[in-house]
Amino acid sequence: MAKVTVNDIEVDADAKDNCILAARRAGVEIPHYCWHEALSVVASCRMCLVEVGEKKPDGTVVMGPKLVPGCQTPVKDGTIIRTDSAKVKTAQQMTLELLLLNHPLDCSICDQAGECYLQDYTFKYGNAASRLDEPKIQRMDKYHIGEQIALFTDRCVMCTRCVRFTREISGTAELQVTSRGSHEEIDVFPDTPCDNKLAGNVVDLCPVGALCSKDFLYKKRVWWLKSASSVCTGCSTGCSIHVDQNEEKVYRLRPRDNPLAQGHFMCDDGRFGFKYIHDERRLQKPKLADAFASAASSNNLSKMNSYGDLKFADPWVDVLSFTRSKIKEAIKADARGFVAVLSPFMSVEEAYLLASYLKSMDKRVRLVLGCVPVVGSDDKYPKGPKGESPTAGKVKFTIRSEKCPNRLGVEAILRHFEGELVTLDQAVARADATAWYFVGGYNLGWVTESIDRAVGKPSLLIVQDIFASPLSERADIVLAASTFAERDGTYVNHSGLAQAARGAVRCPGDARADGRILMELTERKGLFNAMTLRKEIGMVVPSLKALADGDLGEYGVKISTAREPLYS
Amino acid sequence: MSNEEFKPVLLARQGKPNSHKLATYKADGGYSALAIALAMKNTEVIDVVKASGLRGRGGAGFPTGLKWTFLPKELNGPIYLCINGDESEPGTFNNRVLIEQDPHQVLEGIVISSFATRTTTAYFYLRYEYGRCYRVLKDAIDEMYDNNLLGKNILGSGYDLDVHLHRGACAYICGEETGLIESLEGKRAWPRIKPPFPAIEGAFRRPTVVNNVETMACIPHIINRGASWFMTMGIPKDPKNPRDAGSYGPKLYCISGHVNKPGLVELPMGISARDLIDKHGGGVWKGRKAKAVVPGGISMGFMSEKELDTPLDFAGPGSVGCLGLGTAAVIVIDDHTSMIDVLYNACRFFAHESCGQCTPCREGTAWSTKILERIRDGRGKLSDIDVLLEISSSIGTIPGTTICGLADGAAWPMKTAIHKFRSEFEEYIQSGRKSESRTLAGSH
Repeated sequence: MAKVTVNDIEVDADAKDNCILAARRAGVEIPHYCWHEALSVVASCRMCLVEVGEKKPDGTVVMGPKLVPGCQTPVKDGTIIRTDSAKVKTAQQMTLELLLLNHPLDCSICDQAGECYLQDYTFKYGNAASRLDEPKIQRMDKYHIGEQIALFTDRCVMCTRCVRFTREISGTAELQVTSRGSHEEIDVFPDTPCDNKLAGNVVDLCPVGALCSKDFLYKKRVWWLKSASSVCTGCSTGCSIHVDQNEEKVYRLRPRDNPLAQGHFMCDDGRFGFKYIHDERRLQKPKLADAFASAASSNNLSKMNSYGDLKFADPWVDVLSFTRSKIKEAIKADARGFVAVLSPFMSVEEAYLLASYLKSMDKRVRLVLGCVPVVGSDDKYPKGPKGESPTAGKVKFTIRSEKCPNRLGVEAILRHFEGELVTLDQAVARADATAWYFVGGYNLGWVTESIDRAVGKPSLLIVQDIFASPLSERADIVLAASTFAERDGTYVNHSGLAQAARGAVRCPGDARADGRILMELTERKGLFNAMTLRKEIGMVVPSLKALADGDLGEYGVKISTAREPLYS
Repeated sequence: MSNEEFKPVLLARQGKPNSHKLATYKADGGYSALAIALAMKNTEVIDVVKASGLRGRGGAGFPTGLKWTFLPKELNGPIYLCINGDESEPGTFNNRVLIEQDPHQVLEGIVISSFATRTTTAYFYLRYEYGRCYRVLKDAIDEMYDNNLLGKNILGSGYDLDVHLHRGACAYICGEETGLIESLEGKRAWPRIKPPFPAIEGAFRRPTVVNNVETMACIPHIINRGASWFMTMGIPKDPKNPRDAGSYGPKLYCISGHVNKPGLVELPMGISARDLIDKHGGGVWKGRKAKAVVPGGISMGFMSEKELDTPLDFAGPGSVGCLGLGTAAVIVIDDHTSMIDVLYNACRFFAHESCGQCTPCREGTAWSTKILERIRDGRGKLSDIDVLLEISSSIGTIPGTTICGLADGAAWPMKTAIHKFRSEFEEYIQSGRKSESRTLAGSH
């Protein structure tokens, strides 16, 4: 602990803080470009210049004669930081004027506009006009810099965050600075574009509109976007993310800083892997097999739903009560033969709703864990010069081979309700199931030929999924469900970190969020509310008692300390 | 010792036949200092150098012995010595003459300094463009290895030293202490942020000393003749100023520009610029008068004609608004030359050589060059002068806005030229005339 005074505000700073962090604790912003918490300090943009002094034990104050970069200057007990003196303000104005000298000022067509630090800082700290009378240096845009990245060279402020990222975090070192002085540019060597699996992060790191994501380019003005705090479901790392949407369309995912999960970044597989949520082939409404449909129609399935004068067909009307009665029938006939398959894409709440419901009807109903997709082996960064993985302890980012978000969370529910963990493979091997309730939600096809064959034609087949599969084709009941972007819920990552994800958009067509489906199916009162359910789960399931608070906070809570996070 | 009775020390062997050969150097008493030093303790050598008051000849004038004492006391790995031979300050050519004419004098200094600093690997960072120096040094180092002056167990003392000759990366910034280290490591010569200073963490993350070639050349003489002899030359420290370390010893002055006899002369520290030009440079050419004089490489700024009696020691140029003595490379500008052209040339150099790391330097140097280009094209405005002054006062390590001193070097010519010749700038801008001197190719 160090007592630091920032513009007359006293704060307790960490002894490891630099001036920027210490000032942040006091609620004072020190503008900066080149400094980033996860990268090495270069102190080259000179935006964070401040005056620093020291309060001696006898109370006298000695200010340093020079401006110092806040990023490079550590604080200690008695440090005094001034960010509001005339000297500092003049330096900030000068730095901004210099940065804007050769900047094209093309905000009107720049993707970064609205979240650009050059805009923001100029607005807060800059001059209204430039005194430059000469032509600006014009440079070529570089669309070749990466498959997903375009470089608008003349917008660059040469903070070199991107260069340091590829050297220090991805270890692939594709980006570099070429030329010298004001003719400097970021570039790649010919035929070695910046295409590593973490490359998309340089777009987030770029404080200005120089590095842009080709995927997002010119798609949406950022001020129209609304953000939801969520969790990436691409692998078991469970990166904290922002889901940016506008009018029910997700435009991009961005990493959300989380020291307990992944740190500051996310991989491109996750970043660009969300497109399936807007796939036209998504299941858009619930479906009953023909034989059931005629039975149900006599049961008023096709009746019109009416709200006041408005009348419209609601495909969900009675589907769920019909499903419920079928489940009851099947369990009555053969409880041991009823198998519910819970996918690791389900949230903890959803798994809990289904498991507790089925078990409450008959203890003998079997619950099994659905397929856990695994692709290759864990991909660790920073890579060495020859592409080799880093040694233990040097790992800064891991893309995990387990391509689902919540195996540990669903397992915890299964262990509680089933006692033991049974996998789908084990369940099909026993070949004694007479009724199946499959929950999918996978981003890729998951019904293999062997599952398909083993399931065969049971007396009841219910599929709750987002895409059609051989199983859904012949299922008795298909419940059109949701992706991560469309629902609230809790996911437990590889290290046992439970994070709350918020839904960002509505389901396509008449599909419904899994939680909503299950709330109605299980005849629970009220609407689906992840917070309330977490409290309940925390009381009921001892291994998940960390959820009992309901609120998991910004970073999430650890449910087990079996494995430490790799990023710290 | 007066300048008249002074006999060259560093240049004593200049012009002798085969002065660059080991045999002639030994015949003139070479490597006797090395034998003396190797018989001493390394700390004793440091004490002698400290006592001599020798200050670094590379430009900043930091006391050499003091620099050596910043190295860690406990040895837990290698210490490196880097010799800065990346002489690229405009107007400076003393290192080149020292290396070409008398490489063994420098190398003897390197071996003694390495011994004093407990270095077993020294890197000679040589400006790439110095091809002849490279060949001469390479031969000289080979000769030393053949004669047990380098390698294992030097002169039977048990001390080992390897000297690697490294050719530079053709950039002004490679001569900056930490830029040199980065370049030596095979990286872009971007100066490092300090702390840590090189004495704690330098080349290859090990404690490192970076010394100039001329500094090295002084070392054997100090060991041979003693610290007190060294202090008989130059300007003693100002007793009223406790921060003044004095300016002792001989110094190589490079004279160039508009003089009759450009060249390199060796004199005790502290000769005035006027004496240097008149007595040793043959006076200003074509019978003209000097208008301005650069005291020590273009980055130090300009002295006006009135200020020519300033002594050229470490403190002198600073007293008339210049940045310092720098490399003691005196460039004379006659009264027929436009200061606008001179300043433009200086700014163009720094804009070209700015490494581009810090915003103020990268953009400030380029902007000032553009402004001067426009003024030279007859399109200047009086307000440009204030913009130039503002740029010059806001870039550099002295206001604290850059990592290294390159921007200070870029700022000082601007500052001093405008302060001392403001009326000329105003008159030039108001006349709206175009520069008569040719615009150099590749300008910014």
